[in-house]
Amino acid sequence: MATQLVKGNTAAVIGALYAGCDCYFGYPITPASEILQEASRYFPILGRKFVQAESEESAINMVYGAASAGHRVMTASSGPGISLKQEGVSYLAGAELPCVIVDIMRAGPGLGNIGPEQGDYTQVVKGGGHGNYKNIVLAPNSVQEMCDMVIQGFELAFKYRNPVVVLADGVLGQMVESLQFPEVAVMPEIDTEWAVSGTPETRNNLVSSIFLDFNQLENFNYELQEKYETIKEEEVEYEDHMTKDASIILVSYGISSRICRSAVDQARKEGIKVGLFRPKTLFPFPARELKEIAASRECTFVSVEMSNGQMLEDVRLAIECSRPTELVSRMGGNLITMDQVLEKIRKIAAEEE
Amino acid sequence: MEERIIASKGLYTEFSRKGGAAPTATHYCPGCGHGIIHKLMGEAMHDLGIQDRSVMISPVGCAVFAYYYFDCGNLQVAHGRAPAVGTGVSRAEDNAVVIAYQGDGDLASIGLNETIQAANRGEKMAVFFINNTVYGMTGGQMAPTTLIGERTVTCPQGRDPGYDGYPLHMCELIDNLSAPVFIERVSISDISHIRKARKAIRRALEIQRDGKGYAFVEILSTCPTNLGQNAEQSTRFVNEQMEKEFPLGNFRDLADQTEPICRADSVFKKKAIDDLFNLDTGSSPDAVLDPSFPEVQIKAAGFGGQGVLSMGLTIAHAGCVAQRFVSWYPSYGPEQRGGTSNCSVVISGESIGSPVVQESDVLVAMNRPSLEKFAADVKEGGYILYDSTIGECSIPEGVTGIAVPAIRIAGDAGSEKAANTAMLGIMLALGITGLSAQNFKAALSATFSGKPKLIPLNHVVLESAVSWANENL
Amino acid sequence: MSGKKEPYPVINIIECKACGRCITACPKSVLLMSTALNERGYHYIEYTGEGCTGCANCYYTCPEPLAIEIHIPLKGE
Repeated sequence: MATQLVKGNTAAVIGALYAGCDCYFGYPITPASEILQEASRYFPILGRKFVQAESEESAINMVYGAASAGHRVMTASSGPGISLKQEGVSYLAGAELPCVIVDIMRAGPGLGNIGPEQGDYTQVVKGGGHGNYKNIVLAPNSVQEMCDMVIQGFELAFKYRNPVVVLADGVLGQMVESLQFPEVAVMPEIDTEWAVSGTPETRNNLVSSIFLDFNQLENFNYELQEKYETIKEEEVEYEDHMTKDASIILVSYGISSRICRSAVDQARKEGIKVGLFRPKTLFPFPARELKEIAASRECTFVSVEMSNGQMLEDVRLAIECSRPTELVSRMGGNLITMDQVLEKIRKIAAEEE
Repeated sequence: MEERIIASKGLYTEFSRKGGAAPTATHYCPGCGHGIIHKLMGEAMHDLGIQDRSVMISPVGCAVFAYYYFDCGNLQVAHGRAPAVGTGVSRAEDNAVVIAYQGDGDLASIGLNETIQAANRGEKMAVFFINNTVYGMTGGQMAPTTLIGERTVTCPQGRDPGYDGYPLHMCELIDNLSAPVFIERVSISDISHIRKARKAIRRALEIQRDGKGYAFVEILSTCPTNLGQNAEQSTRFVNEQMEKEFPLGNFRDLADQTEPICRADSVFKKKAIDDLFNLDTGSSPDAVLDPSFPEVQIKAAGFGGQGVLSMGLTIAHAGCVAQRFVSWYPSYGPEQRGGTSNCSVVISGESIGSPVVQESDVLVAMNRPSLEKFAADVKEGGYILYDSTIGECSIPEGVTGIAVPAIRIAGDAGSEKAANTAMLGIMLALGITGLSAQNFKAALSATFSGKPKLIPLNHVVLESAVSWANENL
Repeated sequence: MSGKKEPYPVINIIECKACGRCITACPKSVLLMSTALNERGYHYIEYTGEGCTGCANCYYTCPEPLAIEIHIPLKGE
């Protein structure tokens, strides 16, 4: 097994290369730019296709083009750029096209700053553009997962013909850790059932998101919802760290979840029964699993996120407000500290007694 | 009796995607120019034998349903984005013939950037720009090409350049770019113009058949419905008023002296990817779980150019070589480009929680602002290593401050730039990181693998710094 | 039907929307607008029955791709 020290943003490109992605289109934005840069460095050497687009809108529409042609295609950006891409994402979802979008979240709203944040949760997890659609959203918390979840993202994107977002943040994009390189390189094939590739086999195909007839469009929307229900049934992933006996359940994803894990380990040393529940898929959100925990015992859920309670809403919905919920958050580019999480844990533990 | 039949080619013989009461009639209004242009394009696609290769991109506008008609692969895309989508298709499928069909709002207003940029890249696509001076689908609003004085529902008094600007001349704009192979403006106002348009459309598609690059054909067209004209009036409007603003003619035809653009095939072999990253020679062993190893958190800070980020990476490398879990996290963005920069390094015997060092065991400060900024965050019992040129400074209680003549040590060995490596030597000598001299040397070799001449120099600096530490601390 | 091999247009009446472009385009003025309506409620083009030279001006000018075909008998035995 080959291991190297790799930056998170680079790991996403490595994942794409092994996943059989042969088209990359993007636009520079801190803190995601290394993905663009590394793609420009590696893709052409392998004859794969790279274009630095004129805008985020163009980048996502180039994605639409290559995805229409049946290819594995990726783009990446950060908050303001993701906002700009939303039109294209809605069209991709509407045309049921597969692709992987990496979001290295930064602090907003507006221009905000380039510091890490998790404030894109709502715009990514809930769809974001117009219409009744969902993205499949994967949330890595390490450089390894930056690579692995891009690969997984392509599998899911093609399995469901749906956009997949790998939702990371400035820390995960910028940090360096060991990466075990993938053992397999995917040899992609074009699905001539639906792709429009400029070939005789695909000549009769149409990629479109337009349904003039109201009932047809409604039916299509119902079909989409059925697809999302299947995804909810089949694709939920999460990581459990010491929640079995815990009366305090931290719910956290991405870089925040790593700080939480350290906090859980520390609090356990102090004898507090706390655990970490880390969603690895944000859509589908592991709602059933959280609900089971809530039903099994008295406990308090703490959403730990670098945003204003965007995920907390999903936690509350998941447990149907059956247990108390708390929020630990930082915004504006600031990281949650272990002390901040510990303080909340100790406070809840003290109230329990 | 045998007959030659002149009839529609390249279009479907029945428009089943459209359906309705008359599935062989278009959805266009009486006298609309789109059907004429569709016919010319379909005929050329058929005659050039490119239907199997063609990907037709329908815009948003009246031609949103162009895919009802063209017998080839079809995409329907967002408003104005056809050239970007076409770029994606063309790059993905080198042999595809990409055709974008766009109206004046789509191409020259909301999609102006995409239009110009795809043209400027010389993408392999034919763009057919249907200019009829008005938004059709949305009900007759002002277009970027609406004539001065022309009335539309959003310039009911006539287009006033003082408020609405002037008509955009797309051929002229695109003619300023180097990449396009073919640019022509034609009209379909009447039969003599239609025959000329037929030639231009055919030429643009020939260029696509041959894969030679970007072709742009602007077609002055009619919109009798929204401009309140009958067939004759619409013909006169195009001939007498539009042509005055948008002169017809060929702007460029470089097809004969242009070579086909051929793009490489994608390589998917694992070996080829592995080789990109030198996996056989450049890999480290995996980390080994060792909870007894005390975690070390290091913060390195200085101004740009002092090599604090690369110093941090070298420590991380050394940890990696020693089969420890490591993480490195830099300050990034403008902070890194000007002024101070810093990084966090964590070395651990277990998987690492936060890679961001809030409280450090060791602070390496290469300049005074860094020292002042981070000194208070050093844990009790920790170390602050700072360059001795910083001079007098206050070290928090319970923390060991060491003024290291790093710049001098490095300078004596051959380069002051290696002062960061001198700091590594101090850390090594003090045993702060739990890493060995071999680990550090291997890491330095990896750091400078791109500039192998610098490896011996840095090894010397490392050793000199260790000696200095042994003598002075 | 005379034995003369003259070109002639075939008009698919249902597709005609009566824009009249072909009438203007015809150099021989052998196309006329009907007084009757087609089943979609449009007047439509009719061929007078002779004089067509097969120039195809009407075909190319017609905005409806499938509305007009031009048939040109080939010289032969």
